[in-house]
Amino acid sequence: MERIFDAEILSNEEVAEKIYRLTVDAPSLERNARAGQFVQVKISDEFTLRRPLGIASTISGHVKIFYRVVGRGTETLSTKKTGEHLNILGALGNGYSTREGKVLLVGGGMGLAPLLLAAEKFSADVLMGGRNQGEVLFWQEEFKPHADKIFITTDDGSYARKGFAVDLLPDILAAENYSAILTCGPEIMMRGVAKFAHEKNLPCEVSFERRMACGLGACLSCSIDTLNGRKKVCKDGPIFNAKEVFDYESDNTKS
Amino acid sequence: MNKNLLQTELCGMNLPTPIFAASGTFGFGEEFENFVDLKRLGGVMVKCITPKPRRGNDGVRITETPSGMLNCIGLENPGVETFLTKILPRIKDKMNVVVNVSGSSVEDYSELAKLLDVDGVAAIELNISCPNVKDGGIIFGTDERQAAKVTSAAKKFTSKPVIVKLSPNVTDITKIARACEESGADCLSLINTLMGMEINIHTWRPTLGNITGGLSGGAIKPVAVRMVWQVAQAVKIPIIGMGGIRSASDAAEFFLAGASAVAIGTANFSEPAITMKIADDLETYLQSHGLKNIRELVGKIMA
Repeated sequence: MERIFDAEILSNEEVAEKIYRLTVDAPSLERNARAGQFVQVKISDEFTLRRPLGIASTISGHVKIFYRVVGRGTETLSTKKTGEHLNILGALGNGYSTREGKVLLVGGGMGLAPLLLAAEKFSADVLMGGRNQGEVLFWQEEFKPHADKIFITTDDGSYARKGFAVDLLPDILAAENYSAILTCGPEIMMRGVAKFAHEKNLPCEVSFERRMACGLGACLSCSIDTLNGRKKVCKDGPIFNAKEVFDYESDNTKS
Repeated sequence: MNKNLLQTELCGMNLPTPIFAASGTFGFGEEFENFVDLKRLGGVMVKCITPKPRRGNDGVRITETPSGMLNCIGLENPGVETFLTKILPRIKDKMNVVVNVSGSSVEDYSELAKLLDVDGVAAIELNISCPNVKDGGIIFGTDERQAAKVTSAAKKFTSKPVIVKLSPNVTDITKIARACEESGADCLSLINTLMGMEINIHTWRPTLGNITGGLSGGAIKPVAVRMVWQVAQAVKIPIIGMGGIRSASDAAEFFLAGASAVAIGTANFSEPAITMKIADDLETYLQSHGLKNIRELVGKIMA
């Protein structure tokens, strides 16, 4: 259940250019958070809105959150020091469905964050794509203890296979049997992944990202169109069944 | 603590506190159940209801600004029929329900007033000030004759108190306020958002899908206090003051300016329990000034 609490910062370090790993002491999230859920972090009183960030790991109550510095809010967050406290609202959203058997996690860039928690909770292989070596190396280290096989692509070919994550998908799906595909990343990537899943008749869940004000389903900043009508990414999502949000017939996203 | 410090009366409604949740920032109230004692609020102004369902605006709907935010949700809502059959029965016993309504014609407002004249609705708030939809109420909120027409149209078809929510995007808000009072409004609420805009200097495009949006949050508070003060001198009906309230001190300014009640909006987004904290702190403030009830503060500005 969602609640508001203060959590001590255990570390907040840059793991790649402009990408930070924040670890906070939040035992309640270890007990309650599902993979795919997020928290609303209060940066300071100077900011009108909290920032929604995915929960990436909860082992021992040490909750990891990854963020890219993109604006004033995340920039201020990056200056927070160990020992300071952050006010957190969460866990929010629905989370991925629990799966029996091995799942394939497909993530692009910062979309790998919620999938790391999925790797902790489910038996999983992971297929990850990033812009360059720097943006995949730390993810590889993070996933190593939790994922069986790790497949990697980089856009520029500076590490592992050059190309997009989705390029490797046909071969991986031909070689392995999975009970489902869970994906998070750019919508164009998730749509590609969902299409392969559809062809293989595999269940596929995707994670949506939209600007949010409340995170509680009240402000309607994050509404999207789905096959089942308007849905709120913060409350009804961020995880959706791929078939509910992608229109395979016209190859267009519903949102 | 004296439980009666904040107890008050507004348009015949007995309220535990003069603190409302502002429309569009509090969903249908239920979203805040885990954080707020909904019965302790004066009422919840629910998300704006229109005659037919609306899907709202496309593209980016919010952006944070210095001490505030811009939004252009565009009145997304399920329409009055779904509200009456599915939502109202679920929420009516949980809170004092004030239904915020918007239409694109005078007849729409009459129709909405008539349909909502039912058990479980405490009052209706006429939204004649949404800046984010072309066919929405703002046409009525910026012209005193239109504002008067809409007010009398709604009054004629309901037994409930009618609150008219005013726009700050006008030359003289007191003219609109007086027109609404003369047409039978029971109460005025102000201010709605100030029209604003942000441009992305990297893409050279507007940030918001709707190009313009409504500015809310701390940044607009001084404008809101000024307008409440001006309107309080121009009319005799009570005022619900709102605009950038984040604390009991902010709220106290509105009471001093002449508001009989206040509504909290944008602050709910970052602090879902803020209405309760404001109620607690307001009690402390009243006691520290030796006041026995919030009514003793209303309009007491010495200017």
